[in-house]
Amino acid sequence: MSWVTQTLSSSLGRKVIMSLTGLFLSTFLVVHMAGNLQLFKGDEGRAFNEYTYFMTHNPLIITVSYLLYTSILVHALMAFVLTRHNQASRPVDYAFKRPEANSAWSSRNMGILGTVLLIFIILHMRTFWYEMHFGSVPMAEYDGKQYKDLYTVVVAAFSQWWYVLIYVVSMVALGYHLVHGFQSGFQTLGLRHKKYTPLIEALGTYVFAILIPALFAAMPIYIFLKANNFIG
Amino acid sequence: MKVNLKVWRQKNNNTAGKLVEYSLDNISPDMSFLEMFDVLNAELIRKGDEPVAFDHDCREGICGMCSMYINGRAHGPQTGATTCQLHMRSFSDGDTIVVEPWRARAFPVIKDLMVDRTAFDRVVQAGGYVSVNTGSAPDANEIAIPRTIADEAMDAAQCIGCGACVAACKNASAMLFVSAKVSHMAVLPQGQAERKIRAERMVAQMDAEGFGACSFTGACSVECPKSISLDHIARMNREYLGAKLTSENV
Repeated sequence: MSWVTQTLSSSLGRKVIMSLTGLFLSTFLVVHMAGNLQLFKGDEGRAFNEYTYFMTHNPLIITVSYLLYTSILVHALMAFVLTRHNQASRPVDYAFKRPEANSAWSSRNMGILGTVLLIFIILHMRTFWYEMHFGSVPMAEYDGKQYKDLYTVVVAAFSQWWYVLIYVVSMVALGYHLVHGFQSGFQTLGLRHKKYTPLIEALGTYVFAILIPALFAAMPIYIFLKANNFIG
Repeated sequence: MKVNLKVWRQKNNNTAGKLVEYSLDNISPDMSFLEMFDVLNAELIRKGDEPVAFDHDCREGICGMCSMYINGRAHGPQTGATTCQLHMRSFSDGDTIVVEPWRARAFPVIKDLMVDRTAFDRVVQAGGYVSVNTGSAPDANEIAIPRTIADEAMDAAQCIGCGACVAACKNASAMLFVSAKVSHMAVLPQGQAERKIRAERMVAQMDAEGFGACSFTGACSVECPKSISLDHIARMNREYLGAKLTSENV
């Protein structure tokens, strides 16, 4: 075994893979969130459709998107490998446990939270990504140029209350996943210092675990309320 | 006071074990948890039953032998203490107390509450030492070590190898133990010569013993009788990754 495969197959190396893919996915969330804020613009989706056109035609974005798909797969597969390994490390479990006495719920349930998120990602990509790339999306014309009208697909999906509910629940899971995952990712890389660890913890909690999931959850709620004429 | 016990009884590593119930009267709240077990064993011997096998040595909170998982916590409900430093006043009259051995693939049960913790010895043998000749004890302050560094090394060196970190971890991970051993030598000048190979070998041995990976739940540090900080795990990760990227061992 070369030193590279030896490192990456060690318990520490596997966690480094989890950390790097996880932190990359966290940065993606910021970009995805910022872009999708176009949904709030109230211009019948023009800004959003122009944005999705850019995201599906810019060569740099397309390259990064493949890195993104790979990261999701590697993060999920490595989580599976690690979970199996960790479970095998304790073949006989305790009859009586009180884990809540010494650790946070989110830190002990990253696998369950991650599974919820993986199911969400599959559903999310089927509804929007698949339709955008392989489905039949109506066209919209702005200044004589044709655009795929993904906004209409978004509105149709988020007009259904149960679909909105799935999104909101998934974003709660995302918040709990990131409140532990974001700061834990830095620990795995050995980045822990009294100067910047409080900043990482604050960023992980207030921005990644609260603000970003809340803004993501606000999108389907806003569109649902608008589509069903609860708000103007 | 009266206590009801559910104690794990297991003849040896090849037979299945089970929780057995015992009831004890007239237990003094000032007894240590281990003294309560001495009372139980005296009673079992009087009745002609096999006494409960459990590890203990110094009974002063520094040897790390008294490995008991009490009511769902390593070393019981107190933090920063071993089982011998746990007293019956931490429980209420009539309480039911469940006592189990450490559970980990790397710590097989020898008998009842005794587990084999030699996996820790093999991890230390893999690199937890300084093999260069350091001579006799130098004069004070001959080797300049800043106070903060000395304190940090001592904090890590407080580890008594009791295994509570492994017992408390949901993954049965030994990261807190191994990181304390890697850390206390990595920050001192005496440990520099073997710094990289130490991190590489100790982590490799830790994996070979079958311990789990770290999820940073922090349970280990909470249950550690010496309250060793998670800082050391982060440092070990740094030491290991740095060593893998820069050491001469291909």
